[in-house]
Amino acid sequence: MEGLTRSYRMGPQVVHALDHVTATVRRGEFVAVMGPSGSGKSTFMNLLGCLDRADGGRYRLDGVEVGGLSSDALAAVRNRKIGFVFQSFNLLPRQTAQTNVELPMVYAGLGRAARGERARAALAAVGLERRAHHRPTQLSGGQQQRVAIARALVNDPMLLLADEPTGALDSATSLDIMALFQRLNRQGITIVLVTHEPDVARHAGRVLSFRDGRLVGDHSQIPEDALSAEAVA
Amino acid sequence: MNALDALRSALESLRASPLRSALTMLGIVIGVAAVIAMVAVGSGARDQVLRQIASLGANLVLVGQGSVARGGVKLGAGSASTLTEDDAAAILRDIPGVAVTAPSVRWGLQIVAGNQNWGSVLFGVTPDYLEAREWTITHGRGLSDEDVAQANKVVVLGQTVVRNLFGGGDPVGEVVRVFSTPLTVIGVLGEKGQNTQGQDQDDVIFVPLSTAKRNIPGMAKSNPRFVHSMAVKLQDGVDQEEAQRQIRELLRQRHRLVPGQDDDFWMRNLSDVSATRDESSRALSFLLAAVAAVSLLVGGIGIMNIMLVSVTERTREIGLRLAIGARRRDILVQFLIESTTLSLIGAGFGVLIGVGAAMLVAELAGWPTLIRLDSILLAVLVSGLIGIFFGLYPARRAARLNPIDALRHE
Repeated sequence: MEGLTRSYRMGPQVVHALDHVTATVRRGEFVAVMGPSGSGKSTFMNLLGCLDRADGGRYRLDGVEVGGLSSDALAAVRNRKIGFVFQSFNLLPRQTAQTNVELPMVYAGLGRAARGERARAALAAVGLERRAHHRPTQLSGGQQQRVAIARALVNDPMLLLADEPTGALDSATSLDIMALFQRLNRQGITIVLVTHEPDVARHAGRVLSFRDGRLVGDHSQIPEDALSAEAVA
Repeated sequence: MNALDALRSALESLRASPLRSALTMLGIVIGVAAVIAMVAVGSGARDQVLRQIASLGANLVLVGQGSVARGGVKLGAGSASTLTEDDAAAILRDIPGVAVTAPSVRWGLQIVAGNQNWGSVLFGVTPDYLEAREWTITHGRGLSDEDVAQANKVVVLGQTVVRNLFGGGDPVGEVVRVFSTPLTVIGVLGEKGQNTQGQDQDDVIFVPLSTAKRNIPGMAKSNPRFVHSMAVKLQDGVDQEEAQRQIRELLRQRHRLVPGQDDDFWMRNLSDVSATRDESSRALSFLLAAVAAVSLLVGGIGIMNIMLVSVTERTREIGLRLAIGARRRDILVQFLIESTTLSLIGAGFGVLIGVGAAMLVAELAGWPTLIRLDSILLAVLVSGLIGIFFGLYPARRAARLNPIDALRHE
C-alpha cells in the first residue's frame, strides 16, 4: 500500500460522516482507529475495505485508484487484498470451521484440494488445527474469532481490517486475540483495527482518532506487547 | 464460485430446514405428478384406440369412386364410374410395397330370410377384401377364389344381420334373398363392433364381386369392370404418404386426367379417420394441462415466497459473502441454484409419485396407461424453468443488498 488520500461527503446538507479526511497507512503498519460512535471511524473502515464508495476524494490501495473500479473488480480487491474480521465473527453457523475458512477461496476460484490444504494451514496459524471440523456453535468466542481471522488471512491479503474484533470477548480472550494480531503484524501483514477501547488501541503502533467525521489525531506509539498473554493461550 | 460449490451450498441450506423445504416443494410435486399421471392415462387410452384402429386394417388405404364435374356441375361422390377392377390390378402390379388390392362394389338393400327382412349393405368383394380389412369368420367359411370365378350365389353375413334375420340361430346353410336372388349362407363374420365414427360395422353382408355384378339390378350397366372402392393394403414399413402419392399419380394417368383437373376418385387412410378421435382426446388433454399448470404456478409462487424469507433470514450471510469477495453475480447464482434445486427435487418426487399413480391406476382400474419419457422430461424442464423464474426476484434482491447494511442486519 503506497498511499491513501481521501475525503468524503455524505449528502449535500446532511451529516458529513467523513469530512475531507486524508490519511496514509503504510505497508506493515498496525493502526488503531479510535473515536466515539458517530465519529466516522466505521465509514472510514467501510471505505478502506472497499465495501463503500466515497462520493468525493480519492483512495489508492496498493497503487490502484479504487474509485474507478467496477463492482466486480471491487469484489476481487476485497477477495485478494483485504481480510475482514468482525465484532460478531460472522461465521456461517451450519458450516465447519474448515468450510468457513475455505469460503474466500471459493470466490477466488480455487479447487477443492488446494482449498482444504490452505484452510488447514490457516487454521494451524491461529492455533486451531484440531478444531477444523467443529461448527461455530461448538467453539468458544475466542476460538470463533480465531476461525474468522484464519478466514481473513487465507487468501494472503495485504491488509487486515478488524472492526471491534474484541467487542464480544472477555478481557483475557481479547488480550489473546490482540497478541495474535501483533504476531501477524510482525509477520508483515498490515492491520487496521477499529475500536473505542483505549486498552485495545494500546497494542497498535499508531492511533488515528476521529471526531465528527474529521481526523483529529494521528500519533505513533510504542505498542504494548501482548505476547505474554499469547503464551498463556 | 463454480456450479458444484453453489449446488453444494444450496443443498446445505435446503437441508437446514427440511420440513420447510419439503412443504415448499409440495406444489411442484403435485403439479409434476399430475402431469405425468395424466399424460400416462391419456396416452394409454389413445394407444388403445390406435391399436383398435390398426386392428381394423393396418396399413390400409381406401380408394373410392369420386365425383365428376360435367359442365361446371359437380355431381356427388360416386357419380363417376371410372374406377375399375383393372385399376386395382394395375395398382398391385405397378406400385411397390402394395401387398393386396381388394376391389368392391356396395349396395344398400333389403335382405329377406323366410318371413323376416332387414335393410343392410351388400358388398361385392374378393377374398382379398376380407383379408385386407381383417375380418374373421366365426362359423362356416369365407369367400373363396372359386366363388368369385364361378359367381357362386353364396353370402357371408355380419353379426347384426344374423341377429335380425335368424335371432340367435345358426344361419349357415340357410338361404336369404336379395332382389329375388337366392343366396346360400356359407359363413358368419366375427364381431367388430362400432367403428371410430360410431357406425355398426357388423351390419353388412359379403357376396362374391362377380355375383354382385351379375345379380344386382342396375349395377355395372355402363361398365362391367366398374367398382365403387378398393382397399389397398401396404406391406409393413411402407411409407403410406409416398404410396398414396404414387397411387394418385397412377390413377390420374389411367383415367387420363389432365393437370388441373380434379381427381375423379378419393383416397383415405385410417389415420385420417382416427384424427377425429384425436380431437376429443386433445380437448381433454388441454383441460388436464390447465390443472397441472395451475398447480405448478402455485408451486412456483410458494418457492418465491420461501426464497424471499430465506434472503431476509440470511442477510448477514449475504453481507459476509459480499465482504469476502463474492461478486453480485455469485450471490444471484447461489440463490437461483437454490430455488432451482428446490423445484427440481420437487419434480423428482413428482415423477416418482406420478409414475406410481399411473401404475396404480393401471393396476386397480384396469385402464391402459403409457408412461411417456417425453412427458417426464417436459415436466422436469418446466419445473427447472419455474425454479429459475420464481427464484429470480428473490435472488436479485439478495444480490443487490448493500454489504454494509447487510452485515449490520440483525
